[in-house]
Amino acid sequence: MTPTRTIIPPTSIVKTMSPGDHAGTANPLRVLWRAFATIWSVPKARIGVAMLGVFVLVAIFAPLLAPYAATDNSFGRSEDMSAAHWLGTTAAGQDVLSQLIYGARVSVFVGFVAGLLSTIIAVLIGLSWGYLRGFAGEVINFIVNLFLVIPALPLMIVIAAYLQNGGIGMIVLVVVITGWAWGARVLRSQTQSLRSRDFVTAAIFSGESPSRIVFREILPNMTSLIVGSFFGASTAAILAEAGLEFLGLGDSTTVSWGTMLFWAQNSNALLTGQWVLLFAPGLCISLLATSMSLINFGVDGLSNPRLREGAKR
Amino acid sequence: MRYTLSKVGLLLLTLWAAVTLNFLLPRLMPGSPADAAIAKLAQNGPVSPSTRAAIEAQLGVPTGSAWDQYLQYLNNVVHFDFGVSYTFFPQSVASLVATALPWTLVLVGFVTIVAFIFGTLLGVLAAWKRGSWLDTLPTVGGTFASAFPYFWTALLLLFFLGYVAGWFPTSGAYSSSATPDFSVAFLLDALYHSILPATTILITSLGGWILGMRSTMINTLGDDYVTFAEANGLHPRTVAIRYAARNAILPNLTSFGLALGGVVGGSLLVERVFNYPGVGYLLYTAVVNQDFPLMQALFLIITISVLLANFIVDILYGILDPRTRR
Repeated sequence: MTPTRTIIPPTSIVKTMSPGDHAGTANPLRVLWRAFATIWSVPKARIGVAMLGVFVLVAIFAPLLAPYAATDNSFGRSEDMSAAHWLGTTAAGQDVLSQLIYGARVSVFVGFVAGLLSTIIAVLIGLSWGYLRGFAGEVINFIVNLFLVIPALPLMIVIAAYLQNGGIGMIVLVVVITGWAWGARVLRSQTQSLRSRDFVTAAIFSGESPSRIVFREILPNMTSLIVGSFFGASTAAILAEAGLEFLGLGDSTTVSWGTMLFWAQNSNALLTGQWVLLFAPGLCISLLATSMSLINFGVDGLSNPRLREGAKR
Repeated sequence: MRYTLSKVGLLLLTLWAAVTLNFLLPRLMPGSPADAAIAKLAQNGPVSPSTRAAIEAQLGVPTGSAWDQYLQYLNNVVHFDFGVSYTFFPQSVASLVATALPWTLVLVGFVTIVAFIFGTLLGVLAAWKRGSWLDTLPTVGGTFASAFPYFWTALLLLFFLGYVAGWFPTSGAYSSSATPDFSVAFLLDALYHSILPATTILITSLGGWILGMRSTMINTLGDDYVTFAEANGLHPRTVAIRYAARNAILPNLTSFGLALGGVVGGSLLVERVFNYPGVGYLLYTAVVNQDFPLMQALFLIITISVLLANFIVDILYGILDPRTRR
């Protein structure tokens, strides 16, 4: 804030009037740290961050944590819980706990990569579309609405059926194709409301190029929406990946939570009474997805200080 | 009237786009679906040239220009001619879809309406009693339950209530001894078989409605006319229901159409778990058997159903909110 100055050059008007820009371009690490602290200050989000952290650590250190190799099938078949196999073994003689630990890698990987790619597409399309006016805007509007309204899972199933037995790469591709539209629409409406604000007008008069206005002036004010759509897209990606693999549409030799459930259903774990085999992978998927929804409760405060916990209007 | 006409125009445009996407999908994919299908048939014995020609014609192996194929395809779609299924040869795809569609429509349609009503009521309650257990329980529970994968909820219910407790049937939409008709006994049997699939969809989709209604309701509770109603000394319940909730339902209704696509997708997985003979189970069978004509037709039917449901919601919105008609 510079209340004492009488003549303010246009660029600093921009700086003082865009609330998300307070950290400036100072130090990326400090910006990240402040973002983290903002999310951490919300109790619900704090639980989410802790849960997500555990899953990420398990995924990274899976080889150290897992008692056996994930594909080692030298054990007894469909064994119950025991000291040697805490969660029992599968019908193919693999250790369930080890599979569960290694399975975190696939879900976390797909969640982050597919979430990130969907968000990048959503940001590029959403922002330029929000800034554009006229016929081009109408055409994009129609395409985005079409992708929003076409049921995603059937489309994914059909594409995955054509690209037979693709691995994780195929699943990421399919999830990104169907997952970017929601974020694009949310970001567009925010861009449209921001483009009529004074600081954007000031930037236009100071002769900034459209791309600079969109990505340097408008973008920082949408941090919370962008982070929010990243976690939303990641959650959808994790659930979609599990669903496709459960239907047997991925590479069924990959060890993931989805394929564990696929094999559990196909080896009749329901009849043998191995409830852990059904219960554990699904619980992990739900907890991972919940952790991201919880983090989203804290994201609102990122670009609007008034929404931060403890800040009263 | 202008509102309705513009919505009808949009519906026709979207329908055309969905049909065209369905035409383009198999042609954009690497490799030829026809080759894959013929290779699959060839495992059972030699494929005669006439069969080969029939399959190629169905899957759009180029005979004539792309434009001719496209016109031919549009003509077929308009006449509900989707060819013959490989898996259920010689049944036509159209008759298979017609048998499966009512099961899914009734199941998903009924559960979605129930979930919308219950979710909206719980959301109103949560926003009104903000901070109390009536708020915390549905909000936290809803957040957690909406993160459940549909098929997992289905597997758990099937295992604990179907296999372990033995309260509910574990497979199908009616007893294997029954024949589908409209007798009371059959309808009761069908209802009994639908309880587990319906409960699964209800549990997983309820949370979204609660959270959506809660947040729009909290916004309307902050509006000036609500403060004004409170200042007039109206009963808090009247303010909450007649003033805040009535205005909060409309924005929630718009998300109805968009959420429907997700529910339909989820119900496909649920049908797979319960072997429920609807569109989702048929799609699963088609995918497993690489029955591309059946798969394409099902995708088109599912998309069209969701588009029509959205259209109905849009028209309803226009009736409920006069501002949109201007």
